[in-house]
Amino acid sequence: MNPNYELCPGEVAYNFGFMDEHAKREVRRAILKAIAIPGYQTPYASREMPMGRGFGTGGLQLTLSIIGPLDRLKVIDQGADDSVNAVNLRRFIEMTCPGVTTTETTREATLIQSRHRIPEHPLGEDQVLVLQVPYPDPLVLVEPSERRRKVMHAEGDYSRLLTKLYEDIVHFDEITIAHRYPTRIAGHYVIDPSPIPRFDVPKLHRSRALILLGAGRERKIYAVPPYTDAVPLAFEDVPFRVEQFLDENGNRRPCARCGATESYLDECLDAAGAKVYQCSDSHWCNERYGSWIEGRGLEQNP
Amino acid sequence: MNKILEVAGLSKIYGGGCPLCAATTGSEWDTNICPHCGSVVAALAVDLELHEGEILGIMGESGSGKSTLVKLLYFDEAPTGGTATYFEDGRPQDLFALNAAQQRRLRNQRFGMVYQNPHLGLNFNLSAGGNIAERLLMTDLAHYGQIRDRARELLSRTEVMLERMDESPRRFSGGMQQRVQIAKALAPHPSLLLLDEVTTGLDLSVQARILDLILEIQHELHTAMIVVTHDLGVIRLLAGRTLVMKHGRVIETGLTDQILEDPQHAYTQRLVAANL
Repeated sequence: MNPNYELCPGEVAYNFGFMDEHAKREVRRAILKAIAIPGYQTPYASREMPMGRGFGTGGLQLTLSIIGPLDRLKVIDQGADDSVNAVNLRRFIEMTCPGVTTTETTREATLIQSRHRIPEHPLGEDQVLVLQVPYPDPLVLVEPSERRRKVMHAEGDYSRLLTKLYEDIVHFDEITIAHRYPTRIAGHYVIDPSPIPRFDVPKLHRSRALILLGAGRERKIYAVPPYTDAVPLAFEDVPFRVEQFLDENGNRRPCARCGATESYLDECLDAAGAKVYQCSDSHWCNERYGSWIEGRGLEQNP
Repeated sequence: MNKILEVAGLSKIYGGGCPLCAATTGSEWDTNICPHCGSVVAALAVDLELHEGEILGIMGESGSGKSTLVKLLYFDEAPTGGTATYFEDGRPQDLFALNAAQQRRLRNQRFGMVYQNPHLGLNFNLSAGGNIAERLLMTDLAHYGQIRDRARELLSRTEVMLERMDESPRRFSGGMQQRVQIAKALAPHPSLLLLDEVTTGLDLSVQARILDLILEIQHELHTAMIVVTHDLGVIRLLAGRTLVMKHGRVIETGLTDQILEDPQHAYTQRLVAANL
């Protein structure tokens, strides 16, 4: 290292998007392959990122490889725009991608990086959703050898995953997988759709937006291209069901803040220590709450 | 009766092998380890035929190559030489010329294997019913109710208590684990069942019930079976025809009664004399 090295005037410290152009091109090629073979886990050379593996480096590399100065970016973590992981990823991208605007509005964003949730607001054809994935292979639960897992994927042999579902029904009378629900893409490969809840799995099916999934530590990229079938694994007589959020009387719980009855709810405690249920998608909730306030001519609560 | 399996010249040599392996091992040398290259001749030039609904016994001492033979037929090991032809609904299939996917299909859907050690045949992290469901799910059955019914039917067939169906076989007795293993092997209606020392290590009354069960299955389902054992009693009870193996070679073959009453080979004579 040369301690006397100084940047030339006008030269910036980092390349646009932090990664160098060769690295970005390699990731883009992996993305193209992943789109061409829906659900196939494409290996790629996952780069070191200035954050720990497991903090969304896979999703971040996807975002940085495809982002351009005209993009409007939204970053979500656990459905919220203002949780720690989302704030830091957003700040990092703002820092290394000059010109990119960020937004919290799902409708306005062209590129959405997320973990745990797919936004409640339906995505459109001009949007790309990037999901951060901790464990890309659904078969890892039933087969420790990667070599044999690859053969099972190639042959479409997912009988052992179904056995897992069978055992669930035997022991608990229902399928208890809460997130990472194994989902078959375009009739062949079964993917692990990142830690999104079961509730979000139907949003993958024939989605209008391109959905890219990146696992940084496991070095895999896979995709659900637009208008592609995504069918959760289930039995013919025990169909797939999303979370119901029913109260003691069997009614659907509404969001405590905006009153929505069609969104995914988080359980939290209020000041008195009682359980309350609130939308997990903060932007969706804020928007609904805002229009509710407006409708009553009340003043917006800061 | 239709032929179901025809094996010709099947060999398995563990190790490099050399041109002298075949000539310098066997009964006259009293070893199956080649003195020139140290390879183990586990099976050499084995021929056998099996017909529908027939039980073929393979008898021999430890290390004589009987288990190797069934492992080769169940694709657990790759052979060094020879062919095996399986007749699937009359159509001949050269087992060792098939690709890996086709071999897996036969293994999962047409053949059944019961190992001496239930750990090899069963997944102890699943329930007894789950083990059978796993086998059924490989055959494109995706209906929970039907799988459950079929598993229940198989387990009651093999006399496993149904109220223990949802328990892990880890907590079962040895005889019961063996019966779950048989139920699992029977799940896809196999046309060929390989039984590798199924009664070894079980007490006499449990042995008797398992042997009864095997005979019942043969009467009802007409499944062809290859029974590997070193127990003359098992051979006498089950097998119609018997092969006697020593040092990886078949030294005598014929009807079971004939072999047990009038053994021709010196080794078989000693074996029968020692046991009777």
